[in-house]
Amino acid sequence: MANFDQELDASGLNCPLPILRAKKTLGGMGSGQVLKIVATDPGSVKDFEAFAKQTGNTLLSSGEEGGKFVFLIKKA
Amino acid sequence: MSDQKKLAIIATKGTLDWAYPPFILASTASALGYEVEIFFTFYGLQLVRKDLSGLKVSPLGNPGMPMKMPFGPKWFRGINWNIPNIVQANIPGFESLATALMKKTIANNGVATIAELRELCQEAEVRFTACQMTVELFGFNHSDFIDGMEYAGAAKFFEFAGESDICLYM
Repeated sequence: MANFDQELDASGLNCPLPILRAKKTLGGMGSGQVLKIVATDPGSVKDFEAFAKQTGNTLLSSGEEGGKFVFLIKKA
Repeated sequence: MSDQKKLAIIATKGTLDWAYPPFILASTASALGYEVEIFFTFYGLQLVRKDLSGLKVSPLGNPGMPMKMPFGPKWFRGINWNIPNIVQANIPGFESLATALMKKTIANNGVATIAELRELCQEAEVRFTACQMTVELFGFNHSDFIDGMEYAGAAKFFEFAGESDICLYM
């Protein structure tokens, strides 16, 4: 698992909460820092791709771990 | 920030189910960097009242709404209770019961409450404008509504909507 600076557990939350929480957490982080997000919403896979594309943050990885979705986003 | 994208929404529905789309899209657009304004008019005014307890969902005349129980064993939750309109219409409190069940389903699914989403919109500086004409038409006072509202008419809506990239009527 790659390194990350902060972790956000969005398990059990549904659209649009994982995105909103991620946005808020990223807001408190510095440029170049990496946020790890854990989610259970299957819609979040496409949503985090779209979020990264539209906000200019980089989606470093997107995958599944123990039945949960894990994303690493690097703040622009 | 003139290249910031803009989203304009007109919210016209005052039920618990239709309260979701404007607040979900507004908060998400805001997280994506959009400038967002929602214009609340007619029944949409219910969405910005301090007291949200009047928001209900009605399965009556709404064939698209599944009626499922939010508790019990899995087989029981899977049953769609197809209750005829004429029966629904004659049971006192049917709407309140359906609303209570819907709220339980919403909580079970990790879906935010309307109060929560509305607050997230406000935190994200989504602008809320209430239609002054319908505020008066329905006999509301400004004190019935949450803080931070603006009150204006159609012309004010077009000032923002005319420059918007996306404009939605809900």
